Amino acid sequence: MMYEIRDLHLSLPDMTRKPLLGAAPRIEILKGLSFDVPKGAVLGIVGGSGSGKSTLGRAMLRLLEPTGGSIHFAGTDITHRTEDQLRGMRQRFQMIFQDPMSSLNPRRRVGGIIAGPLRLHGMDGLTARVNEALDMVGLPQNFAQRYPHELSGGQRQRVGIARAVALRPDFILADEIVSGLDVSSQAQVLNLLGNLVKDLGLTLAFISHDLSVIRRLCNRVLVLHNGEIVEESETATLFDAPQAAYTRELLAAIPLPDPYQPWG
Amino acid sequence: MSGYLSIRNLTVCLKSGAPILRSVSLTVSAGQVHGLVGESGAGKSMIGKAVLGTLPRALHVTSGEIWLDGVNLLSLSQTERRKQIGATAALIPQDPLTALNPSKRIGPQITRRLVDILGWSKTKAQQRALELLDEVHIPNATRVMRSYPHELSGGMRQRILIASAFAAEPKLIIADEPTTALDVTVQKQILRLIAEMQQRHDTALLFVTHDLGVVSKVCDTLSVLYAGKVVEDAQMNRFFMRPIHPYSAALLAATPTYTDPTGSLTPVPEHVIEYVEKEVAEHDVRAAR
Amino acid sequence: MRDARGGEKRPIGMRLWLSGGWLTVLVLAALCAPLIAPKDPLMQDLFLGRLPPFWMDGSEPGYFLGTDSLGRDVLSRILYGARLALIVAVIAGSLTCIVGATLGLVAGFYRGWADRIISRFVDIWMAFPPVLFAILLIAVLGPGLTSIIIAIVVIDWTRFARVIRAEAMSQSAMDYVASAQVAGRTRFGTMMTEILPNVLPTIVALLTLEMGIAVIVEAILSFVNLSISTDSPTWGGMISEGRTSVHQAWWVLVFPLITLFLTVLSFSQLGEGLKDRFDPVLR
Repeated sequence: MMYEIRDLHLSLPDMTRKPLLGAAPRIEILKGLSFDVPKGAVLGIVGGSGSGKSTLGRAMLRLLEPTGGSIHFAGTDITHRTEDQLRGMRQRFQMIFQDPMSSLNPRRRVGGIIAGPLRLHGMDGLTARVNEALDMVGLPQNFAQRYPHELSGGQRQRVGIARAVALRPDFILADEIVSGLDVSSQAQVLNLLGNLVKDLGLTLAFISHDLSVIRRLCNRVLVLHNGEIVEESETATLFDAPQAAYTRELLAAIPLPDPYQPWG
Repeated sequence: MSGYLSIRNLTVCLKSGAPILRSVSLTVSAGQVHGLVGESGAGKSMIGKAVLGTLPRALHVTSGEIWLDGVNLLSLSQTERRKQIGATAALIPQDPLTALNPSKRIGPQITRRLVDILGWSKTKAQQRALELLDEVHIPNATRVMRSYPHELSGGMRQRILIASAFAAEPKLIIADEPTTALDVTVQKQILRLIAEMQQRHDTALLFVTHDLGVVSKVCDTLSVLYAGKVVEDAQMNRFFMRPIHPYSAALLAATPTYTDPTGSLTPVPEHVIEYVEKEVAEHDVRAAR
Repeated sequence: MRDARGGEKRPIGMRLWLSGGWLTVLVLAALCAPLIAPKDPLMQDLFLGRLPPFWMDGSEPGYFLGTDSLGRDVLSRILYGARLALIVAVIAGSLTCIVGATLGLVAGFYRGWADRIISRFVDIWMAFPPVLFAILLIAVLGPGLTSIIIAIVVIDWTRFARVIRAEAMSQSAMDYVASAQVAGRTRFGTMMTEILPNVLPTIVALLTLEMGIAVIVEAILSFVNLSISTDSPTWGGMISEGRTSVHQAWWVLVFPLITLFLTVLSFSQLGEGLKDRFDPVLR
C-alpha cells in the first residue's frame, strides 16, 4: 500500500470568529476519512468547493498536521512526524499545484526551479536530470533559461510536472492542475500525466472538481462532500451506477457539450 | 439593422496596432441567446467590453459599428453613449465576490442604478428590488436586502447580480463567464435562472464562456472565436451535430465528457492551429489593403 | 494557443539615466573634492564676503557660486559637504536596511512569537515623534558622525520592518513556499532562497529611498546645529547659515538646497528605476 489513511480528522482555527481574548474556535474540515491508495493506483478525489479535497491533499503531503487519526505512507506512520523527520523522505511524495503562477517562484528560471529540489536531495548530474525532466514533459531544453512568466499556462503547468517527476518520486498528488487551463492545453496536460504515470510506474492522487477529467485519468474515485467520503468505487462503477445521492446530483449537473442531453 | 444588438466588422487594436478583435460581426435578436466561445486570449470578453464601452485603456476600436436598439453606439459622444448603454444594456459579471461592494448592504447596491440612472423614487426602487429578489428565488428578500455581500454564499451573490442586471429592464444583457467561479451543482441552478429570466423578460443575451457544455445548455446561436476572429457562426444544434470549421471540431474533440468510457482526449492538433493561423494572417493582409 | 509573451528588453529609462548620472557625479565630486575644489572650504576671507555667483555683477574669478558672509567658497563647501552626505547616506541607509529588513523578514515569514514580539516593538517605536527622538538621542550621545548614523538607524528601521514583514507575509502564502516544503527545504533555507529574492526588489527600492531620507535627516540635524562639528562643511549647515542672510546673499541658501533636492530625488528615482529595469517579473 502506498497510503493507508484511517479516521483522519483535521480542524483549523477560524480566525474570522476569533473572540477578542482566547483561542479561535476550530472548524472541522476533515471528519474522519478512511481509505487506502494501493501502489500503482490513479485515485481521483472529487468534490465541490468546501468539500475538504485540497485540505486532504495537503494533509497527505504533511503540509498540514492532522488533528486525529493516522496516515501511513509506504508502511511508515507520518501522521505527526516533524518537518526534520520528514525531510529525508520528502523526495518520495511530491505535489503538483493548482496555480503554477503561484507555485513557481517568479524570480527563478525554469532550470533552477526544477534543479532546486534535486540539489536538496543530494542528486548529481543536475543539468542532465533537468533536461531529461523537460524532455519527459515535452518542453524544449532551452526552456531551462526562461522565467515562468514567459511561458503560457499549459507550459507552466508542465514545468510543475517536470519539477515533481524529476525527483523520481513514488507518489504524486495533483491538486486541480488543469482547472485553470484551456481545453486544448488541458487535454495535452492530461494525456501527458497519464503517460508519465504509466511509464514511471507512479501512484497518483488527482484532485479535481470535474468528473469528466477524473474519468479520463483515474481508475478509482473518492467522492468527498462536507469533509466526509460519500462514495468510493472503481471509476467505471461510479459513472455507470453511482450509489450516493450526492454523486448522482454531481453527475446530473455536468453540462455535456450536447444540446440533446436531458439536463432539466 | 436586424436584431437587437448588431455588431458590424468590429476591429479593436492595441495602441501598437496589433489587432485584438478582427472584423467581428454578429447579431443577437430580442429573446435570443448568442454564445461567444473561444480559448483564453481569443477576445471573447473583449466583444462584450467593446459594446459596454469598458475596454481596457490600452485598447481602442479602430473600425466597425455597434448597433444597439437602432443606434450606432460608436457614432455617439462619450456621454450620450454611456446614457444609451445605461438605459438599454446590463452586465452579469464573472466574479460575484468582487462585483459587489463589500462595505455596502445589498439593497442600495441594487436600487442605486434605478435611482441614479432612471431617476426612480427610493420607495419605488425598493419595491422593484424586492420583486426582483423574489423573481431570482431568494427567500427572505427583506433580510437579504439588509445583508452585506460576505454574509451570502457565492450562488446567492450571483443571483443578486442577476437580479440587479435585470432591474432596469434592459434590452440586452451581456453575461461574461457568469458561472466559472461556481460549483457544478450551483452552476446548473444559476444557468437555469439566467435562461428563465431571459425568457420572461424577452431580453437579448450575449453569453461569453469557454465551456462548450454550458453553451449547449443556454444558447440558440454561437460564434467561435480564435485570435479575435470569428471562425464559425452557427445555429446551436447544427454546431454540435456537425461543426464546419476544423478548429470548432477540434475544440469539441478536446472537451472531456464523462459519458465517454474510453475517455480519449484529443488536443487541438498542430495542423488545425496552422490552418486557422493562416486564415487569421490572410484576414490581416486583406484588412491592410 | 497564441502567446505574445516574449523576452523583449526594455531600454534603460530616462529616470535611471538622470538619477544614476547625478549620483555618479556626486560620488566623484566627493571622492575628488580635495583635487577639484577651487578653494579651501574652511578658508575665511572677510574682504571677499558675500560675493555673488559668476554671472552676476561684482563676482570674482575663481568663486563660481559666490561666497558666504565669512568669505568661504560656496562651491567648495558643497563639494566637501557631499562627502559627509554620501557617507551618511550609504552607511546609515545600509545599516537601517539590514536591521529593519531582517526583523521584517523573520516576523513575516516565521510568524508566531517572533512576529508578535517584533510587531509590538515596531508599534511602540513608531509612537515616538522621530525628529524629536533623534535630537534627544544626539543630545545624549553627543554630536558626531557616529551619533548621526545611530540616530538614523534607530528612528527608521521600523519603516523597513513594517513593509518587508507585509511583503514576506504575502509571499509566504504563495504555493512556491509550500512547494519548497514538499521538496524538503528547511524553513531557513526557504526564507533565504525563495522569499528573499522575491522581497529583494522592494528592499532595494526602500534602501535607496532610505539613503535619500538619511541625507535629509543629516541636513535637518545640521540645521539645528546637532550634526558633526561646525568645522566640516555640511549641506544642512550651509542652509542654516544661508537662511540668516537670504536677502543679501540668496546663493548661499539656494545652491546647497538645490543639491540636496536633486540628491534626495535621485536616490528615490534610482530605486524605482532599478526595480523596473532588473526585476524579471516586471520586465
